Amino acid sequence: MEKTVNVYLFGKRYQVPESLTIMKAMEYAGYQLIRGCGCRNGFCGACATIYRIHGQQELKTCLACQTKVEEGMYVATLPFFPLVKQVYDIEKIKPTEQIMMQLYPEIYSCIGCNACTKSCTQELNVMQYIAYAQRGEYEKCAEESFDCVMCGVCSSRCPAGISHPQVALLARRLTGKYIAPESKHLLKRVAEIENGDYEGLIEALMQKPLSELKELYNNRDIEK
Amino acid sequence: MYEYTKEQLESLKKVEETRGKRVNQELKRMTAEEKESVLASFHPDYIESAYEELKIGPNKGGKVLHELASLLQGKARVLDLDVNLDKIDYDVDVLIIGGGGAGASAAIEADKTGAKTMIVTKLRLGDANTAMAEGGIQAADKENDSPAIHYLDALGGGHFANKPELLRKLVTDAPEAIEWLNELGVMFDKEPDGTMITTHGGGTSRKRMHACKDYSGSEIMRVLRDEVYNRGITVVDFTSAVELIKDSEGKAAGAVLMNMETKEILVARAKTVIIATGGAGRLHYQGFPTSNHYGATADGLILAYRAGAKLLYPETLQYHPTGAACPTQIYGALVTEKVRSLGAQLVNKDGVAFVNPLETRDVTASAIIRECKKNGKGVATTDGEGVWLDTPMIEIRGGEGTIEKRIPAMLRMFGKYGIDIRKEPILVYPTLHYQNGGIDISANGMSGVENLFVAGEAVGGIHGKNRLMGNSLLDIIVFGRNAGQNAGKKAKSVKVKALTLDFVKKFDEERRAAGIVSEELSPRLLPDYRRKEL
Repeated sequence: MEKTVNVYLFGKRYQVPESLTIMKAMEYAGYQLIRGCGCRNGFCGACATIYRIHGQQELKTCLACQTKVEEGMYVATLPFFPLVKQVYDIEKIKPTEQIMMQLYPEIYSCIGCNACTKSCTQELNVMQYIAYAQRGEYEKCAEESFDCVMCGVCSSRCPAGISHPQVALLARRLTGKYIAPESKHLLKRVAEIENGDYEGLIEALMQKPLSELKELYNNRDIEK
Repeated sequence: MYEYTKEQLESLKKVEETRGKRVNQELKRMTAEEKESVLASFHPDYIESAYEELKIGPNKGGKVLHELASLLQGKARVLDLDVNLDKIDYDVDVLIIGGGGAGASAAIEADKTGAKTMIVTKLRLGDANTAMAEGGIQAADKENDSPAIHYLDALGGGHFANKPELLRKLVTDAPEAIEWLNELGVMFDKEPDGTMITTHGGGTSRKRMHACKDYSGSEIMRVLRDEVYNRGITVVDFTSAVELIKDSEGKAAGAVLMNMETKEILVARAKTVIIATGGAGRLHYQGFPTSNHYGATADGLILAYRAGAKLLYPETLQYHPTGAACPTQIYGALVTEKVRSLGAQLVNKDGVAFVNPLETRDVTASAIIRECKKNGKGVATTDGEGVWLDTPMIEIRGGEGTIEKRIPAMLRMFGKYGIDIRKEPILVYPTLHYQNGGIDISANGMSGVENLFVAGEAVGGIHGKNRLMGNSLLDIIVFGRNAGQNAGKKAKSVKVKALTLDFVKKFDEERRAAGIVSEELSPRLLPDYRRKEL
């Protein structure tokens, strides 16, 4: 029999195998999850969770699908958090310092408490990327925030009411569209295709008998 | 430090001892005959006892896996519901079922045509396999490459079964799809001069895998979702489509919806419908673990099938060669193919590399299964067995820092359990990853049912019988946009007649006439992982 631990789901005690993640422990206990469960693999941010180990002061945060249960764990899930997402037209905005001021002025109210960074389930330096956003350094903000899964835990801990994941998303889109260098080979290829340059080649392939296609495939040269 | 078993530790030592020799070793690729042989003997698609013949519906006589058959021929949930088709809750031009990459791309393009567009999704917008795609997206945009070479790679990888007109569209529209994403602000990995950083995937003959670190799908999904919200497109989340609705002329005309939490039933009427419901990993075919997201239960296939749409290659599934085999907490989770693109070998219990790591997925998965089941060279784990994926080779070959820069999600995923993939290899085993087949469509995106469009993983035929890495993120964009454009345009000329669910009753009569007694409610909507003894 596997060793078990006591976890307290929303305050109620359940005894579960110690190897389980918090998410699987909830299911083991009998919850049929609807909210708070998405990719089950650390990419979607649906299962933001807050917990405290009995007898300890510190409030911890995690993704339920990525974290093992512990003895005396008091668990509260955060399946939704009211982040503020401002609407904008990506074609019309520009990567200027003013755009953050217009869309997310609350970032300038940051008091530097660093609660966002301490709570990040991806261990990102959230306060630092907000500082980059304040200064209009969008490329740095984008890079620093790239692994964000938008779980919203940082915002739940922020006394200034900042929606960090949305700020970072804006910075990344500005970077991807306006700041990152243009891919000339891509634009060239798109133009060639629009011009119909490859139609003949593909058409010819489509007309070939199966035996010839197999021959071509099995003997094609593979880039090193 | 992760606590390996004694046997695992001994094997791990052998992997370390042989690494120096293996690092310069390029394994020979299999011949066509060798590939066929390993597939026939070890690929799960070839296990006949896992399949059964369909007794009713458009694919009657064809074979599918038991788990899918019981849903395709299951009892329609809607039969037990009190649905009033005269009370329309949502009246739209284009109804999109599914909120992943295909659904979001379709919505953006449908919105551009001026159509009143609505997305309904049973979880949140973006809870989808798209967000979990780590490795990248293919497009032939380099000087030494062309859409024709891309075509041949995908055709051979798909066992020459790909529907030619769909494959042509996939490869021809690929560069534009990348440009579209780039213009929306997706951050692709680029050199300082703007050249896209591209790598190989299994079965590619040119380096055409574009990536956003190993968060490729996540980055694409969050941008698409943001764009859907910027456009003000209606998103009804935590609401599933439990049945399609047709009009008196037999055309698709909406769907019966159910609030997943309150169970409230709602009716959506639409001029055109797009199914973008994704895959089926959560049906756990043949007992496999899966890399798929929570909602991947083939709902769209079930709905379309009952409405009369034919499926193409529903019997072919993709078992990704490298699912995590250890630790148990992430059993079945995806270990991106990019790990192999960057130079990690697959190594058995004795420290011997046994397959070229860049064979196509079906061949690589079969070779791993052979190594474990027939050759007895697997390493035992809590949930079964696995082989080593020698990740430290990546930094020996590509330099220190490569892992953190190119596959940070993998570093994090294993790091949480005390495994540093820069220094230690990891244990992997095939995991149920992708539904190669799906609903049959024409190049315009429409299924056999008038006004019913399909996009994304729910489509069958684009990839033949085995999809190449990086062609799925591509297909959701190309065919998602295509479906959105065509459904939006088509909606302008559609006049919806009286709504009906009579076809569901008829299907149920056929079910009974065929002697099917299963009372399994279909579609499944979500898997049930509660403790069995409860």
